[in-house]
Amino acid sequence: MEIEEFIEAIENEFEEVQNGSLTPDFSIRDMEGWSSMHALLIIALVDNHFEILLNGEDLRSVQTIQELYDLIQTKLKVG
Amino acid sequence: MFEISIFLPTKKLDNNELIHENKTNYQNALKKLFGVSSRSRCEIFQTGSDLAEKAANELISENKFSEIDFLIYCSLGLDYISPTSSSQLHQKLNLPLNCGTLDIPSGCTGFIYGLSLIKGFLSSGVASNILFLMGEVPSTSIPKDNLELNAIFGDAGVAVLICRSEGLKIGNFVFGTDGKGMKYLHVERGGVKNPIDQNWLEENVNENNKLNRGKLVMDGLEVFRFALERVPTLVDEVLLTNQLTMNEIDLVIFHQAGKQILDALKKKCKIPEEKYFEYYETVGNTVSCSIPIAIHAAVQQKRIKKGDKILLIGFGIGFTWGGTVIEW
Repeated sequence: MEIEEFIEAIENEFEEVQNGSLTPDFSIRDMEGWSSMHALLIIALVDNHFEILLNGEDLRSVQTIQELYDLIQTKLKVG
Repeated sequence: MFEISIFLPTKKLDNNELIHENKTNYQNALKKLFGVSSRSRCEIFQTGSDLAEKAANELISENKFSEIDFLIYCSLGLDYISPTSSSQLHQKLNLPLNCGTLDIPSGCTGFIYGLSLIKGFLSSGVASNILFLMGEVPSTSIPKDNLELNAIFGDAGVAVLICRSEGLKIGNFVFGTDGKGMKYLHVERGGVKNPIDQNWLEENVNENNKLNRGKLVMDGLEVFRFALERVPTLVDEVLLTNQLTMNEIDLVIFHQAGKQILDALKKKCKIPEEKYFEYYETVGNTVSCSIPIAIHAAVQQKRIKKGDKILLIGFGIGFTWGGTVIEW
């Protein structure tokens, strides 16, 4: 999945976020209405699309959508 | 067939009061985030065994307690280090002298553990008429300012009476344990390993809090992750060991952990809508009581009929997880 598709998946998951408003350098925690529950939704979304279960430390280590995407790609390569 | 009765304390904590107490702006978001609009709260002096006793008293009038030969009690907050809480409940309920008693502090997987013991006892002749009680008061271990935990958890008591003669069918079980989960979900202080001391009392028992029973600690994100990691495999394994497919299951009931976990599990396990049942909006997560409370509600809502195969999946503190299929 390319990053554009990933961004679209995130925008679809969060109804407060308008389609087309997110960019790769967008800081995840700046998302409209961000709460700890949104972290759960990100984990479920990543698991759903990539079959990778991130943990709290993974999420804390990334700031932007690009960094999150790169982390996922790294984990996919490791297998 | 089970006989189930439930007891929910009449005192309720609803979302308006929860928001007010914590001075936040969640409003409708609270219901949207947690899926719970109200949950019961016990009286300050009550323990889980008090709630379990009340649930048991509902059964007395309709069933013969004089033939009970085993009592199992499950609670996260056992009354004493020793003797067992079940030995004291036995006395309060005036059960027969020739009756075994056993405590199991098995948390959210407690109902599954209890069923496995019951199946073993019935099939091996250890017991014929078993009273299985659950009593949970998680609210008494939650700090007043912890919005998430107060929103999620509710107090309750459940009594289940299972008699061999009633043609009950409990299927095969799958269990799992990962003790590393303690870090992310446990009750801090209160056991013999790490007793409550003066410093703890000074920090945790004051005008704001009365956490003299210990403090529930939960990393919601890691618990969520655990559920997504273990439960889908558990569902597959329980079906396999019972030589069933999802097509042959009539109803699926998970431990009612909360909206985020249940929504994610329903999706990941691909539970068909017509087979999925949840019941937690008005009671919250009641720990070991949650599955039998959901069964009770499903029966009341006529979602369960005789002969139905019900997939039961428990998971939680430990971490532990377990499941089975029962035929109603």
